Amino acid sequence: MATKLPHKDAVIIGLGWTGSILGYELADAGLDVVAIERGPWRDPAVSFPVSYAQDELRYRLQHELFLRPAQSTVTFRNKTSETALPVRNWGAFMLGNGVGGAGVHWNAETWRFLPSDFVLRTHLTQRYGDKFLPDDMTIQDWGVTFDELEPHYDRFERLCGTSGTAGNLKGKIQDGGNPFEGARSRPYPTPAQKQPFSYTLFAKAARELGYKPFPQPSGNLSQAYTNPLGVKLGQCTYCGFCEWFGCANYSKASPQTTILPALVRKPSFEARTDCEVTRINLDSTKKRATGVTYVDTSGNEWEQPADLVLLCAFQLFNVQLLLISGVGTPYDPQSRNGQIGRNFSHQTVSGGIGFFDKDKYIFNPFIASGSIGMCIDEFNGDNFDHGPLGFVGGGYMGHVQTNGRPIQTTPVPPGTPAWGSAWKRAVRDNYLSSVDNAGAGVHASMYSYQTNYLDLDPTYKDRFGRPLMRMTMDFHDNEIKMSAYLTEKFAAIIKQMGAKQVVASPRKGPYDVTAYQTSHLCGGAIMGADPKSSAVNRYLQSWDVPNLFVMGASAFPQNAGYNPTGTVGALAFWAADALRSQYLKNPGPLVHA
Amino acid sequence: MRNEHTLIAVSLASAIAAGSAAAQGVDLQDYSQVARGRYLAIAGDCGGCHTLPGSGHEFAGGLTIETPFGNLLAPNITPDAETGIGAMSNDEFVNALTKGTGRNGMHLYPAMPYTYYTKISRDDALALRTYFATVPAVRNEVRVNQLPFPFNVRTGLTGWDELNFKPGPFQPVEGKSAEWNRGAFLAEGLAHCGLCHTPKSELGGDKKGEALRGYALQGWYAPNITNDSQLGLGSWSADDIAEYLKTGHNRTSAAGGLMGEMITDSASHMTDADLHAIAVYLKDQPGEEHGAPPSADPAVLKMGGKIYADECSACHGPNGRGAPGLFPTLAGASVVRQNDATSLMHVVLRGARSVGTERAPTAPAMPSFAWLLTDDEIAAVLTYVRNSWGNAAAPVSARTVSKSRRDLAERHD
Repeated sequence: MATKLPHKDAVIIGLGWTGSILGYELADAGLDVVAIERGPWRDPAVSFPVSYAQDELRYRLQHELFLRPAQSTVTFRNKTSETALPVRNWGAFMLGNGVGGAGVHWNAETWRFLPSDFVLRTHLTQRYGDKFLPDDMTIQDWGVTFDELEPHYDRFERLCGTSGTAGNLKGKIQDGGNPFEGARSRPYPTPAQKQPFSYTLFAKAARELGYKPFPQPSGNLSQAYTNPLGVKLGQCTYCGFCEWFGCANYSKASPQTTILPALVRKPSFEARTDCEVTRINLDSTKKRATGVTYVDTSGNEWEQPADLVLLCAFQLFNVQLLLISGVGTPYDPQSRNGQIGRNFSHQTVSGGIGFFDKDKYIFNPFIASGSIGMCIDEFNGDNFDHGPLGFVGGGYMGHVQTNGRPIQTTPVPPGTPAWGSAWKRAVRDNYLSSVDNAGAGVHASMYSYQTNYLDLDPTYKDRFGRPLMRMTMDFHDNEIKMSAYLTEKFAAIIKQMGAKQVVASPRKGPYDVTAYQTSHLCGGAIMGADPKSSAVNRYLQSWDVPNLFVMGASAFPQNAGYNPTGTVGALAFWAADALRSQYLKNPGPLVHA
Repeated sequence: MRNEHTLIAVSLASAIAAGSAAAQGVDLQDYSQVARGRYLAIAGDCGGCHTLPGSGHEFAGGLTIETPFGNLLAPNITPDAETGIGAMSNDEFVNALTKGTGRNGMHLYPAMPYTYYTKISRDDALALRTYFATVPAVRNEVRVNQLPFPFNVRTGLTGWDELNFKPGPFQPVEGKSAEWNRGAFLAEGLAHCGLCHTPKSELGGDKKGEALRGYALQGWYAPNITNDSQLGLGSWSADDIAEYLKTGHNRTSAAGGLMGEMITDSASHMTDADLHAIAVYLKDQPGEEHGAPPSADPAVLKMGGKIYADECSACHGPNGRGAPGLFPTLAGASVVRQNDATSLMHVVLRGARSVGTERAPTAPAMPSFAWLLTDDEIAAVLTYVRNSWGNAAAPVSARTVSKSRRDLAERHD
């Protein structure tokens, strides 16, 4: 039996990037706000201090910062005809836990999506005709445009201090930046990160092949920065311990380094950590949320009433909470009816390793950062003609090797024995003279399909007795074709760099839940213009329960060929703006459909 | 629900306070007097000792005050008639504050800085009295005297006063600016800078002629804050000092430990003009001539340099320059060069959190290296830092680090 707590104006579920942004905006608007976070409080000096932050075994291999599958997990299957089984060891993606969420362990690659990505179905059918898209491809327009989001992308970049080179300033293409990006209102807040030797070599090769390389936009800062909230970040030291790790140097943008220091000073904000929300409570009409129920580590159950509920957990758990709480209608893959769980997507990552003559090339791969690198965008989105190719989608590609960490950076040419003195010799010969982009060189889209979806598992339950989230996910021919085409283009650039051997690794099916790609799970509670085919409106407000807003990548109708956090941040500021300028003045549906 | 409870508690307390205030002869209708008293209480950091952090009860006492002679508990100064100061007359209050004499002739221990508060006027003291009459009365019996014999006997304090206490309100110094005099009034009086920063005699009194030259207390070393070019604030401008006091940070330094607490509770809430006045006064406190410090063993410096490169340089920079407002500068920093390395050892062994304020919310922290570095290694890296990039200070020995490690093991932050 839950103990009822005093009422709050707003309750936030999950204190990661979006929870922190919404928490700040709502507390700043004068609301009494409580954030409830499943994991612990995390502070750089205590949780990942400089004295042991660079521990590959602890953080990378033993998953120190991540959710433990024993606490919560998902079940997985490729096809609806199969029986899903629980994931007992994270593989294809990593699930964050604790204050800061995935914003603690990300690489800090801070991209904007292309303008055409937001109107994807309209754009592709206009250019290629009605029949070009596969029948079971369920891509949709977002209901919001790039131009509408631009000021909010800008706010997120200002918050983070993002380092980069503008490619399109108010419509004017800039040398050295990404010429394909949507028009930005002003340059990045800080200049691009410095690029070590191998990355400049990639850029040179790309230019020789006629491409326009540019530095990857980075939340690992090129220089010290003070953001609009007065919070300061330091300069990145290129230590190469970013993704899977927390940054102990205050130089990677995270909620801890950009917003929490200002948020915790707000007297009307409170955070309750190590407390897991088990459901969103609805009134008898199912049209209004009355608050949430959560459980603390002692097993005590609490009810937190609130006027406004902000669902700010990770994508999977957003969808799980909606389904468990009875918000909206579960998606049915046969009839394509229902909204919650539809258009679940991930990413199509591929790449390759280039082996170079060790007497001519010394790359020192340990000088790196999570978002270092030189990229090209010629093969992203619809930046190239898909007409003759028979697929849609694309991605950025680049030399984006994030580290040379000792345990896992062991590139050896095919045919090398897997252990013993010959393997050791091959590692020694190649460590300094290879570029290892096997798992990240091509960062491509995954579009959405009728049978890639989320629902509640009929068999497996979590420790509260709630059904686990069931993933049904497979690669489709469109993505396999795309990956083959893009990976070949990528390998040609590595060859052009002067590699004596290139080992390319295009993505092949079936979708493998044990092999890491990215943690960019998307969809399941998508935004859109039509309540029949989307869970939330263009302001991320639930169509069914107007005092519930659902943040994060669960709103993406399909994934684009970029890392999602820039767009997740922009959408959070966009929704916060709608809350402050419209909803709080007149609570109710912001879009009437 | 919680808000309503709070309101009830406050209004009840106000009613009680108003009752006793009438008896005390202070006028709670006099808003300007209440506001003035509140500001003086902030400048005097009364809450720093009299509010137990986390108790939720302002000025209700109970915080342990560590002295070289043993511990005291800060008394309850809320208007509660029995356990607080509600029953004191105005004269008793003024005398306690400015002369160290309590009720019924009982003498206060000089941990209560009446030796400094004596500089304030009777009007100021009454304004404080008025403000304290408005805070919620809390019933909290505090047994102040926790000292061992013979220090628990208060009669000795009269003799102590004769040696260490010069009563009387602040007298402006002619020939100095109004700002300097305001700074002097605050620094020598209400803000009681010397209570931590002035070396103490065997009896715990301020050493004559050594005002603000640094003193070790409670596991920290309150550094020299005269204008001394080697050990003091010589390289800081008055603006640097004022910014540090207001925000806890400036271009080279960050406050932590006891200074961080003081800035959180007191200095960050003071006016920019008052903080600048204190800065002007401190910049006018003369430094001394110093001989060259004993030189460090080159082998130790070499080892220290290697440890510094591995463990320290990522934040503090390869040349000890740090990052403005974020990571303290070590090159040329007087805090690094103090004769007593207590604070440096504290920071390395235990780590330290800088203070977050309205104007500088970041509050970065340094982690503990106690588990990672041996006493020899800490001694070497501190010796290196104290003798690099223009710094020159006595080497730190492993024995000193070992002692500091033992001391800190028994100390709560």
